[in-house]
Amino acid sequence: MSAETLLEVRDLHVSFPTPDGVVKAVDGLSFSVHRRETFGIVGESGSGKSVTNLTALGLIDRERAQVSGEVLFKGRDLLALSKEELRRVRGKELAMIFQDPFACLHPFYRVGDQIVEAILCHDDIPKKQAQQRAVDLLGAVGIPHPQDRFRDHPHQYSGGMRQRAMIAMALSHNPDLLIADEPTTALDVTVQAQILDLIDRIKNEFNIGVILITHDLGVVADVAQTVMVMYAGRAVELGSRDEVFDNPQHPYAWGLLESIPRIDQKGSRLIPIQGSPPSLIHVPPGCSFHPRCPHRFEPCDKDVPALADRGSGHPDACHLSVEDKRRIWNEREALRKKAVS
Amino acid sequence: MLQYVIRRLLWAFVMIVLVIAVVFAIFFVLPGGAGRKEDGRASPVAVLMAGRNPRPDLVRDIEHRLGLDRPVHIQFGLYLGRALTGDLGYSYQSQQDVRTAVAHRLPATMSLAFGASVVWLLIGIPLGVISALKRRSLLDRGSMLLALIGVSMPTFWLGLMAVFFFDARLGVYNVGDYAPLTENPLLWFKSLWLPWIVLAIVSAAFYTRMVRGNVLEVQGEDYIRTARAKGLRERSVIRHALRSALTPVVTMYGLDVGILLGGAIITERIFAIPGIGLLAVEAITSSDLPTILGVTVIASFFVIAMNLIVDVVYAALDPRVRYS
Repeated sequence: MSAETLLEVRDLHVSFPTPDGVVKAVDGLSFSVHRRETFGIVGESGSGKSVTNLTALGLIDRERAQVSGEVLFKGRDLLALSKEELRRVRGKELAMIFQDPFACLHPFYRVGDQIVEAILCHDDIPKKQAQQRAVDLLGAVGIPHPQDRFRDHPHQYSGGMRQRAMIAMALSHNPDLLIADEPTTALDVTVQAQILDLIDRIKNEFNIGVILITHDLGVVADVAQTVMVMYAGRAVELGSRDEVFDNPQHPYAWGLLESIPRIDQKGSRLIPIQGSPPSLIHVPPGCSFHPRCPHRFEPCDKDVPALADRGSGHPDACHLSVEDKRRIWNEREALRKKAVS
Repeated sequence: MLQYVIRRLLWAFVMIVLVIAVVFAIFFVLPGGAGRKEDGRASPVAVLMAGRNPRPDLVRDIEHRLGLDRPVHIQFGLYLGRALTGDLGYSYQSQQDVRTAVAHRLPATMSLAFGASVVWLLIGIPLGVISALKRRSLLDRGSMLLALIGVSMPTFWLGLMAVFFFDARLGVYNVGDYAPLTENPLLWFKSLWLPWIVLAIVSAAFYTRMVRGNVLEVQGEDYIRTARAKGLRERSVIRHALRSALTPVVTMYGLDVGILLGGAIITERIFAIPGIGLLAVEAITSSDLPTILGVTVIASFFVIAMNLIVDVVYAALDPRVRYS
């Protein structure tokens, strides 16, 4: 991609020592995000997708966590910044919205005031001007009657409106990168689509990059250009949306794809992935997915497969040869379609 | 809101009637009650008032004068009717108007309660907040240890120890020196600083722990993460956290003060502060039924009133709370 690289994560490791052992939340992760790109990170709960981004923003407790690697944002390593330097980046150049819009706004303060506060903590402008900007932002994200709604408290907003308000707040400084951590998970389906549309629209209007964290492949298929599939703190597949959806390489990605309903295969069975995600304290040796993988063979429980292009055109982390993968995926697809008829 | 307050006031009225009924029953109906009149036997309080070896007709005379010879439901009705118009009757002992006696004792109790509450807030809130912000630090561990010691010391023991050391040993405090604020502010303060501290220590310890717990809990809230994510300075983030963490303290404070306004019996007794609590002790030891009832009515009034005030104030502090 020729667009400017906004964020480049290099060999990121994040672990949390606990009384039960060290939790390896992120284990050697590398990826990059560009301007005007929506970068989807997909994975189950506990796959490390949120921790990666909270680490980038400095929102994890650095005194408890062990962090190594680099998170280059517009060329600067965020992990090397002081708290104050990081604060100046947060909310200004790098904004984040979260999963539960019901809990993310302070219940005691007016929505408008919370946005004004976000504006004033980076820009030294008169309060009146900041208020006008907040009203404009609320209008821009589709809040009706922003002038009146500015004075409401969060509990007077619906879930979708709160997420819109969060987005307005995130946009208050024209950031370069917006990290959206499960922004639609807590919302109704119809509202989900509106919020995804909104995120897509502001990406173009504000000329920003978006990291979209989700466990929902459908969300990624709608709006992402690039998809990274994470499992147990590692990336197992990384490619353009079309590559990952049309030519998936990793058995875990196959499992994810088979477990969502598809409109073009009406009546086909949903096949769940057997087993449950591993404990991040006792991560399985070798490929961490191997205990749940029906296609495992002899190197899988010994060697950690590197994330590399094995001839498919995009990188994945599976020991199977590209020919075997093509054959197995076709067999699985055929089996699934057979179930339809 | 106004409707809500009116409804609450009506309930407050019902509550006070119920409280009077229960206390009335304890002293006039239940076995052993000083005002209970059993068939063929004199009521204990009349015997007590008649002095040593009284003639039966004197006892009957007293019973008649106090109205104890009437059926108990009539007595209750008469008392209730008067009480609701503000007439709490006359003391059996001093013949004084109970309302005047209570009003006379109220300033001392208020001085004690509000003074002590200031002390425990001044200790509890800062210590709790700092402990939470400097979690696991030496200061945190130290204040939590102090809080544990604080909640573990019963007031009657602490009060006696304080009198022993500061009055008997060091001579920097004199028990029984109380003077009203309006008459002698200096003496007022000199007589109250030690009771304030004694009365405040348990609450201070309790508030420290509560505030620390609240602040820690709020710090894990999503909106605090939002505050950080939007780049607020740490000072502003803490302000956001305290706004949520300290609001429940208002509730606690109101209720605690409400209870204390009904008389801090132990503290007033130990330090000889002539407040409502001491009045209650005196009334109980002399079976002065109208005074006992009067003190109870006043105490329950304060608890109910503070409850209502707390709810109204809470609605002003938390926009999610709206009464209708």
